[in-house]
Amino acid sequence: MQLNSPLSEVKEKIVPANRSVLAGKLQSIKTIVWRDKYLYLMLIPFILWYLIFAYKPMYGLQIAFKDYSLFKGISGSPWVGFENFERFFQSEYFIRNLVNTFMINFWGLIFAFPAPIILALLLNEVKNMMFKKTVQTITYLPHFISVVIIAGIVTNFLAPTNGIVNIFIEKFGGEKINFLAMPEFFRTIYIGSMQIWKDVGYSAIIYLAAIAGINPALYEAAKMDGANRWKQVWHITLPGMLPTIMILLILNLGSFLEVGYESIILLYQPATYETADVINTYVYRAGLQGGNYEVGAAAGLFNSVVSLILVVVANQLSKKMTNIGLW
Amino acid sequence: MKQSFSDKLSSGFIAVILIMLSAVCLYPFVYVLSASFSSGSAVITGEVLLFPKDITLDSYKSILAKDGLWQAYGNTVFYTVAGTAFSILLTICGAYPLSKSRLRGRTFVAFFIAFTLWFGAGLIPTYLNFKELGLLDTRTSIIVGFAVSAFLVILLRTFFQSIPDSLEESAKMDGANDLQILRHIYLPLSKPALVTVGLIYAVGKWNSYFWAMILLNDESKIPLQVLLKKMIVEMSLNEELTGSMNAANAMSQETFIYATIIVSILPIVLVYPFLQKYFVKGTMIGGIKE
Repeated sequence: MQLNSPLSEVKEKIVPANRSVLAGKLQSIKTIVWRDKYLYLMLIPFILWYLIFAYKPMYGLQIAFKDYSLFKGISGSPWVGFENFERFFQSEYFIRNLVNTFMINFWGLIFAFPAPIILALLLNEVKNMMFKKTVQTITYLPHFISVVIIAGIVTNFLAPTNGIVNIFIEKFGGEKINFLAMPEFFRTIYIGSMQIWKDVGYSAIIYLAAIAGINPALYEAAKMDGANRWKQVWHITLPGMLPTIMILLILNLGSFLEVGYESIILLYQPATYETADVINTYVYRAGLQGGNYEVGAAAGLFNSVVSLILVVVANQLSKKMTNIGLW
Repeated sequence: MKQSFSDKLSSGFIAVILIMLSAVCLYPFVYVLSASFSSGSAVITGEVLLFPKDITLDSYKSILAKDGLWQAYGNTVFYTVAGTAFSILLTICGAYPLSKSRLRGRTFVAFFIAFTLWFGAGLIPTYLNFKELGLLDTRTSIIVGFAVSAFLVILLRTFFQSIPDSLEESAKMDGANDLQILRHIYLPLSKPALVTVGLIYAVGKWNSYFWAMILLNDESKIPLQVLLKKMIVEMSLNEELTGSMNAANAMSQETFIYATIIVSILPIVLVYPFLQKYFVKGTMIGGIKE
């Protein structure tokens, strides 16, 4: 066993060497941290804020699995497993609100998503800079108006007795319609006002930035080959915008279940719940207004988990199909 | 290059569409403005379409007389100013260290922040958190509770990264520490980005209503948007219940709301030229690509 001794010798040599490497590493981390001490000091309040206002509520999510009582608090309340989820899934609202969430997103994707793309393409064709700038300035303005005010304007315009829309309808011999109380109009009103009217000009700017980044030589080459305006849009501008379109689409899917509940609660009423009520508006009503915290938290958790899955799946799909992704 | 007939035709067509779209975007503002200067009866009977009729300042006079409204206005100004200052401070505290690639643990912190973009605790746990912290019905909850936007941290970080390292290195040679470098080099150079971030925070705070509505009960603390929401809901309820029976009441209420809307969007419209300039910049800097 002659081989043994040199090996053990080597071993003995390695171990202390390892130790000193480790100590050296610690030492160097110390110097690095000391070198950047001010940067770490700055990060402390920032990280504390995230811990208190973003991560602590996540710890509170456990009430979704508990029989929450105000007196016992979050950690003191007894565990009940998936009972709250069962109650949520079995309630009459679950299917209805899931369908409503899907439908509002679906129609939003069909009408509200392409609108700013079309606006950007149209603006890109305008040669008169003054005109282009004016249109942009005007269409961008609604983005800065609060949803409360937009809802106020919509409510006033569509008011059943003296709203301007109904005054017009009556003038032309029609019958007055109480739009906001009719479920069949809700999606149109919501998507039209809160998604298209409010944000078409804003989102168009992002696409215009994408168009501005397209290499002008591509257009020159296309013109040489005799491509007309329409063909240039189809073969150069749109492909050039594709990365931006895909990223906004993924972000859009990530907020699929979130839909704008803050603006929906401003426009809906019991009469339109059958098309307007979504999961988060239900969480708001049952949880915050009705005090049914644990079912509200369960519904909210369902929302968050599905959203996370959707954004990951959308990202993977997009990477596979177009090589474009968020990460 | 000569334009062909079909090119001219399509240019004309595009111009018409864009003009129509602009009209649709602008009309509600024009109508609300005109209606706020008109008599209630003219608005209700539909005589006001574009220009004010029976011009009167009655609605504005009744706004001036309403105490709650000025209090709410003051609250909104306070929440916007104090909240924006606090938000910018915290955003710098996060964005600056994260812009340094030499910083140990940077990737971890970046993930820690980005994760909140994709997964949130939801309404109820957020509300209960404020309750546990004893922040219900406090002004602090509005200013501190929603201070940081991860998107804006990323935007500012991206801007800091675009400033050449050589400036920092030479300052270090002269013995400056990180705080001095931030104060004397980075912040002055980042003014446009800081204005952009500040404006985005400020507009968000000016317009926000949801959490203020949930967290604040005390009438004397509520911001303008919450008050407006109450007025609008009240009005539509009145109209539902009483129909045209109570026309006189509805009349003054409607123009009153229009006047309140004008007063509340006035500051935004006044700073709009800046908003537009800097928001467009922000869109370009941050890029959503990141």
